[in-house]
Amino acid sequence: MQKFTTVTGIAVPLRRSNVDTDQIIPAVHLKRVTRTGFEDALFAAWRQDPDFVINKKEYQGGRVLIAGADFGIGSSREHAVWALRDYGFDVVLSPRFGDIFRGNSGKQGLLAGQISEADAETLWNLVEAAPGIELTVDLVGKTVRVGDLTVNFEIDDYTRWRLLEGLDDIGLTLRDEARISEFEATRESWLPQTLPARSPESTH
Amino acid sequence: MTNVIPTSQVSSSTGLRTLAEKVWDKHLVTKGEDGTPDLIYIDLHLLHEVTSPQAFDGLRLANRKLRRPDLTIATEDHNTPTLAIDKPIADLTSRTQIETLRRNCAEYGVRLHSLGDIEQGIVHVVGPQLGLTQPGITVVCGDSHTSTHGAFGAMALGIGTSEVEHVMATQTLPLNPFKTMAITVNGTLRTGVTAKDIILAVIAKIGTGGGAGYVLEYRGEAIRALSMEGRMTICNMSIEAGARAGMVAPDQTTYDYLEGRAHAPRGADWDAAVAYWQTLATDDGASFDAEVIIDANELEPFVTWGTNPGQGVSLSGSVPNPADIVDANERSAAERALEYMDLTAGTPMKEIRVDTVFLGSCTNSRIEDLRAAAEIIKGKTKAEGLRMMVVPGSARVRIEAEAEGLDQIFLDFGAEWRFAGCSMCLGMNPDQLEPGERCASTSNRNFEGRQGKGGRTHLVSPLVAAATAIRGTLSGPWDLVQDGDQ
Repeated sequence: MQKFTTVTGIAVPLRRSNVDTDQIIPAVHLKRVTRTGFEDALFAAWRQDPDFVINKKEYQGGRVLIAGADFGIGSSREHAVWALRDYGFDVVLSPRFGDIFRGNSGKQGLLAGQISEADAETLWNLVEAAPGIELTVDLVGKTVRVGDLTVNFEIDDYTRWRLLEGLDDIGLTLRDEARISEFEATRESWLPQTLPARSPESTH
Repeated sequence: MTNVIPTSQVSSSTGLRTLAEKVWDKHLVTKGEDGTPDLIYIDLHLLHEVTSPQAFDGLRLANRKLRRPDLTIATEDHNTPTLAIDKPIADLTSRTQIETLRRNCAEYGVRLHSLGDIEQGIVHVVGPQLGLTQPGITVVCGDSHTSTHGAFGAMALGIGTSEVEHVMATQTLPLNPFKTMAITVNGTLRTGVTAKDIILAVIAKIGTGGGAGYVLEYRGEAIRALSMEGRMTICNMSIEAGARAGMVAPDQTTYDYLEGRAHAPRGADWDAAVAYWQTLATDDGASFDAEVIIDANELEPFVTWGTNPGQGVSLSGSVPNPADIVDANERSAAERALEYMDLTAGTPMKEIRVDTVFLGSCTNSRIEDLRAAAEIIKGKTKAEGLRMMVVPGSARVRIEAEAEGLDQIFLDFGAEWRFAGCSMCLGMNPDQLEPGERCASTSNRNFEGRQGKGGRTHLVSPLVAAATAIRGTLSGPWDLVQDGDQ
């Protein structure tokens, strides 16, 4: 994962709440077995409407998405994050995120920053008044800057640190492998095992 | 959320623990310090074809091993056809995804139940059915409805593909502790009101984000009275309230369900396991971070009118008027939902005509669900022009239903009797709604386009699905009684 410090890019105002991951990427687009190639699937149903914000020419090349509350609820599909990344987004700002989506974002270098409802409204108004305007998102200072305006966003310290350092979770965990082995030695013998496969004792 | 009552956070100082905290503590590999997460051991990892290929690829690229194939199991469900399952899958990309799972499982030594196998089915039906889902364990799967397994008192989490890869490589997950919320359901459900109605009412009350950051524990008399199937229906939809997990403390109902299942402990192991399971219930006096109270006596069959699972109302109610909604965001969401659903404010829910009834999904496709619906439609006639599709949750459920003659009841009624899989819940396979088609569905999500592009979904219980299939308009079992009286 690349280190993330600041991003300056075009902001896209998505004035909708409860944007679930089925909207971010509908299920029929989940059939690829790769992590890339999902850019055309992003908001596939909504993008058929020529007036949908992403289709407007002034927002082409957008890198910062400003969405309403409860962005990324629903299905756990990480494809939602891949589609946003493949399209070119580096940052999503929202007053609240679906927990699984927020976790997935942190693993894929997509910054999910939480802003207040009032700041979302301010940013929407500002961006809609000057379509194509660029924002600067600074992960070090946890701020969004545009012109004279500075807005703070929240992100948990651990995800922030991993993004800033560009660290891989699995590598971090495997430093504790001895502890995992120690833990495994203490597990009860009756805990379920999938192998070898067993058949039922009685009919159920 | 205004409907959630914050309670004081004193449990850590008293030493009294909730069910969720006990399971967490038991699985702590390392305690996080200085803002780092805890490292939690994972007892059971469930895989399916859609969210695993990129994780296997990641392992391969990093030259890592799958740490515990003996704690891992895979099934084919999201993409599989529910007709002609002996033929090659027609959709090439679907076929590639299934074949990729088969290749990966063979390469990494993972047990796989493929299409045509007796244990194949929806991953959240298969785990409990095999007795792999047990109280007090941690379960993960790259699927948000993993919360289903919490019905056994397990900590069951839906995860993303990066986390799937992490569990494959380490059998652990770095996690920050969750907050706890008690959902206390007092009283007794009336006849015709089910677990599905409880959870739809809970989500309508706390909202799609009300459970964010929480593990929900369902408690109270009405929950204790539910079967395991009913508890699974409730825990399944915890994610629709935004929660990380939902749990029910294990009791005799749980033990009776598990005993004798293929992977349940046996002999002395069974006794040791039950003794441990009996220690899991939340301590008397332990406190939750929040509590919601529901009165089961007052509940009616519940249906959704909008495009998220929180947009629901009693079946006897009407489509709400967005103008009455105070919150500006919720109001605009409601306006957009009514437009998408092609509904007019004030329309009684029971006057809404549906084209299709879908009985299936990890929420409501277990044998008890099929029995309940069959009981209602037996000897009745299907509404003219309406399509009804019945998709059992697993091959075993299908076989069990056929042994009881339920398939014939559905077929005589004019319903389609399909093979097991996720099917029209998410429409990844050919089972999809046409644009504009309206469906009463026992599944879990009424999102725009969820069941097919332009499709319109009303979430309902199996009883409401069955009554609706008879009457052609959204209906409950109580309406059939009234029809009979006339």
